[in-house]
Amino acid sequence: MSVAKPLPHDAAPLHVTGQARYVDDIPLPVGALHLAFGLSTIARGRILSMDLEPVRSAPGVVCVMTSEDLPFANDVSPSAHDEPLLSDGSVHYVGQPLFLVAATSHMAARKAVRLAVVDYAEETPILTIEEALAADSRFEEGPRVYGRGDVPAALARAPRTVSGRFEIGGQEHFYLESQAAIALPQEGGDVIVGSSTQHPTEIQHKVAEALGVPMHSVRVETRRMGGGFGGKESQGNALAVACALVARATGRAASMRYDRDDDMVITGKRHDFRIDYAAGFDDDGRLLAVDVTHYTRCGWGMDLSLPVADRAMLHADNAYWIPEIRITSHRLKTNMQSATAFRGFGGPQGMIGMERIMDHVAHDLGLDPVELRRLNYYPSAQAVSEDASGGRISAKMKALTPYGQVVEDFDLHEMTEALLASSDYAGRKAAVAAWNAANPVIKKGIAFAPVKFGISFTLTHLNQAGALVHVYQDGSIHLNHGGTEMGQGLFQKVAQVAASRFGVGMEAVKITATDTAKVPNTSATAASSGSDLNGMAVKAACDTIRERMAAYLAQVYQADVTDVHFADGHVTVGTERMSFAEAAGKAYAGRISLSATGFYKTPKVDWDRIKGDGRPFFYFAYGASVTEVAIDTLTGENRILRADILHDAGASLNPALDIGQIEGAYVQGAGWLTTEELVWDDKGRLRTHAPSTYKIPACSDRPDVFNVALWDGENREDTIYRSKAVGEPPFMLGMSAYLALSDAVAACGAGYPALNAPATAEEIWRAIGGMGDEL
Amino acid sequence: MSFSLTLTLNGAQRDIVLDDPRVTLLDLLRDRIGLPGTKKGCDRGQCGACTVLLNGKRVNACLALAVTLDGAEITTIEGLADGDTLHPVQDAFIEADGFQCGYCTPGQIMSAVGLIAEGRAGDDPERIREGMSGNICRCAAYHGITKAVQEATRRMDAATKGDAA
Ligand code: FES
Ligand code: FES
Repeated sequence: MSVAKPLPHDAAPLHVTGQARYVDDIPLPVGALHLAFGLSTIARGRILSMDLEPVRSAPGVVCVMTSEDLPFANDVSPSAHDEPLLSDGSVHYVGQPLFLVAATSHMAARKAVRLAVVDYAEETPILTIEEALAADSRFEEGPRVYGRGDVPAALARAPRTVSGRFEIGGQEHFYLESQAAIALPQEGGDVIVGSSTQHPTEIQHKVAEALGVPMHSVRVETRRMGGGFGGKESQGNALAVACALVARATGRAASMRYDRDDDMVITGKRHDFRIDYAAGFDDDGRLLAVDVTHYTRCGWGMDLSLPVADRAMLHADNAYWIPEIRITSHRLKTNMQSATAFRGFGGPQGMIGMERIMDHVAHDLGLDPVELRRLNYYPSAQAVSEDASGGRISAKMKALTPYGQVVEDFDLHEMTEALLASSDYAGRKAAVAAWNAANPVIKKGIAFAPVKFGISFTLTHLNQAGALVHVYQDGSIHLNHGGTEMGQGLFQKVAQVAASRFGVGMEAVKITATDTAKVPNTSATAASSGSDLNGMAVKAACDTIRERMAAYLAQVYQADVTDVHFADGHVTVGTERMSFAEAAGKAYAGRISLSATGFYKTPKVDWDRIKGDGRPFFYFAYGASVTEVAIDTLTGENRILRADILHDAGASLNPALDIGQIEGAYVQGAGWLTTEELVWDDKGRLRTHAPSTYKIPACSDRPDVFNVALWDGENREDTIYRSKAVGEPPFMLGMSAYLALSDAVAACGAGYPALNAPATAEEIWRAIGGMGDEL
Repeated sequence: MSFSLTLTLNGAQRDIVLDDPRVTLLDLLRDRIGLPGTKKGCDRGQCGACTVLLNGKRVNACLALAVTLDGAEITTIEGLADGDTLHPVQDAFIEADGFQCGYCTPGQIMSAVGLIAEGRAGDDPERIREGMSGNICRCAAYHGITKAVQEATRRMDAATKGDAA
C-alpha cells in the first residue's frame, strides 16, 4: 500500500532541476501585457482628481483603467462585496489600488504607475484599537460573546485572581513566490486564468462577476504555489480579475505579479490582537472562571475577519476545562491592509491568550506551569467514553467546551507524559534554574505548551470536496481534485490514496493541476482540510471505478465479486491473476466506464456562529512542545537552544511529509511570536515592507537541537485512513518558544514579565527593564 | 542605445544584446533568455531565491547588472545536472526532502554548491546553517536543507578522495 509511506514530494525531481513551473514561469504568448496597480499614498480620504495622462503616454503603456472603466462588478472581496478592485473614489489604506496599467513589460508598467498625479482630500485615519473603539468602527453590530456561567460573579467568588493585558502582533505571509496571475483570452469571450491561489473556485467566481459572464466561461488552473499559508486564499482575487479585464479589453494575454514591496503593502496579513484577561482559581490552581476580551484590527475590508475572529474565540480555551468563561470579541475596522487568513486562522491568537493566562496563574501560585496545565486539562478520551455517571462534575461535563462541543478525543494527558519524559523536562528545568542562579547576564528559560486545534471549516457548508478520476485502458490513472498544492504535500498524499485504492504503484498515478473545469464548486485549500476532504473524495471516485471493474471481471471469470482483489499492481479474480493494466484493458473492451467523480462532505458538524453553540469541528488535532532558550539580559538578544515536539497526525498518510510540515510550522510559529514584527507609522504606512526590515527565521535561527516525533495513534473519527490534518495545528507549537522567553525574563526579577509578542530582542530588553530589582 | 556582451551560460556561449543598461542578470535569465528556473523572491538581494554561480561563486542574480558581466561564466539551476545525471547536491535535496513548496529550492541548491566549493563549512551543521542563512525558506524546510548540504558535502569529499587515490 502506498499510504503511510514516507515518500518525498511528488515534484521533487522538478524542483531540484528548476523545471517546476509556477505561474510566473509559464511562457506567455507573443504580445502579452504586464500589469501594475497605482497605489494610494494616504490611509483615508477621497480622491479629488487623478491625472493619468502622463501614465497613458509613458513608454510601453497599452491600457489604463480606473473604476469607471469596469463594465461589471468592481469587487474582489470573498463575500461581503466591500473591496473594490480599483478605488471608487474613497481611499481606505495606504497601498490601496486606485488604477491599473497594462504595458509591454513589467518594468514599463511599474515605471508608468509612478507618473500619476493624484490629489486627495485627506481624512484622519483610524489606526489604533483605541481610535477604532472611540469611533465604534467595527464589523458586525457589536462584539460577539460566547461562553457560559456568570463570570463576574465567579471571579468575585474565586479565592485568587490574576488579570492582565497582552498584545500579539500580526504576521506577513511572505510566501516566497509573490502573488501572481495570468489570463489568456479565448474565443467567444471566454478566458483561461492561471493563478497562484488556494481557492481556484473563488477566482473563477470573481472573474466571472467582473466580466459579466457565467462561471462556465471562466476556467481557472493552479498547478502549484510557492507557498500560501492562507495568504493566497482571497488575496489573489485582485490580480486574476485585473488580468482577465485586460485580456478581455485588449484581446491579449495579461500577466500580473506583485513586486515584493507591493505585495507586502497591498495584501492582508495575520490579524494582530490585544487580549485583556482575568482569571479566577483556587489555591491548588484549579481554574474557576476566565474572562477574556479579544480586540483585533481587521483592516479596511471584512475579508475573512469574522471566521478568523470566531476561530480565535473557539480556541480561547485551548486544552482546558473552564467551568465559567466569557469570551468577548471586537472586530475592529481600521485603515490598514485588510487582515486575512494565515495558518491557524485566528486559532493561534486565541490559544496563546489562554497559555499566557496559564503562565500567569502558575507564576502567581509558584506552581510548575506544566503541572498547572495538566491539572486543568480536559478529561482523557477514555474517561469520557467510559463515563456513564451523568453526574454534575462527570468526565463528560468536564469535556464540554465553552461552545457546547464535547471533547471526545483528548490525548494530551498521555502525550504530555511522553514528551516530558523524552525531552527530560524535569532535569532540564532544574539545570536551567541552576544556570540562572549562577549566571547574572545570560538567562535561560524553558517552557511547555500544548495544542488542541479544531479541524473543519467553521462555515459548515465549506466542508465538501469533489474529485475526478480516470483509468485509461493501459492502466494509467489520471487524478484530479479540488485541493491545491502549496508545498504541504497534498498532491502526493492524495495520490497515495488513489494508488492504494487500486493497489498500484505511485508511477501509475498522474497528478494534475487543480482545474475548475474538472472539479467544480470547490472550497479553498484551507483550514488544514486538504487531505481530509480531497482524500475522501478521491477514495470515493476510485472505489466507484474499482467496483465497476470488479463486478465486470467477476462476471467474466464466473467468480464472486468478493473474490476480486487489487494489490501489488495486479488484480486477482478467484484463481486468475492479471496486471492492473490488463484488467483495465479488459474492462474497457467490456464497455465498462472507467471514469468517475467522487464527493465527500464532512459528517457530524453543525454550528451556530451567532449563538456560539454546536459542533464546529469534526475532531481535534493535538500537539505538545518543549522549548529552551537563552537571552542576553543586557541586549535582549536570544536564541532557541532546543525544541522537542510530539505531534498527533493520526495514522499518518505520509510521515516524511508530516514531519516536514511540523518542523516548518514550528519555525514559522516561533517566528510570529519572536522576530516577525510589523510596524505601521502614524500615517498608516507599513514601514516593514521588505525582508530587510521584516525578520523571517533563517536557517541559522533553527534550534540547534530539534527533535520531532509523531504521536502514534489513529484518528477516532472515520477520516481518510484514520489520519489527521496537519497543515495548521503544529504552527501553534511555536508558542513554547515565546513562553520560554517569558520564563527567561521571569528569571530577572520577582514579578510576572510584561512581555508582548513578538518578543523581539527590543521587547525582551524592555520587559527585563520592567522587572525591577534582581531577585 | 544598445549594449552587447558575451556570456558562457550553463556551458554554452551566448551573445546578448540589451536595450537597457539596468537589466539585472535575474531578469535577463527569466524574461529574456527563457530560463525561469532561477526564482525571484524579493528582487533586492534579501532572500537568496535568485542565487546562481558567477565564475564559480554564488551571487544574487537580482543584484548583478547584466551589462557588467561580459565574459563571465554563469551556471543556473538548469545547467547543474550533467544530462540526466543529477549533481550530488540535487540528489541530496531529493533524498532529504529539503523543500516544501520548492520555490526557494533552486537558490538553495546553487547556494549549497557555492558553499561547498568555498570549503568553509565542511559537514558541520552549525556552519552549514550559518553559511546557508542568506537563503530564506518560508516553508522552513531548514532541517532537510541542512541535512542535504551535509550529505552532499560528504559524498563530494569521498568522490574527490576516491579520484585522488
Ligand atoms: S530575488 Fe534576489 S535575493 Fe531575493
Ligand atoms: S520550500 Fe517553500 S520557500 Fe523553501
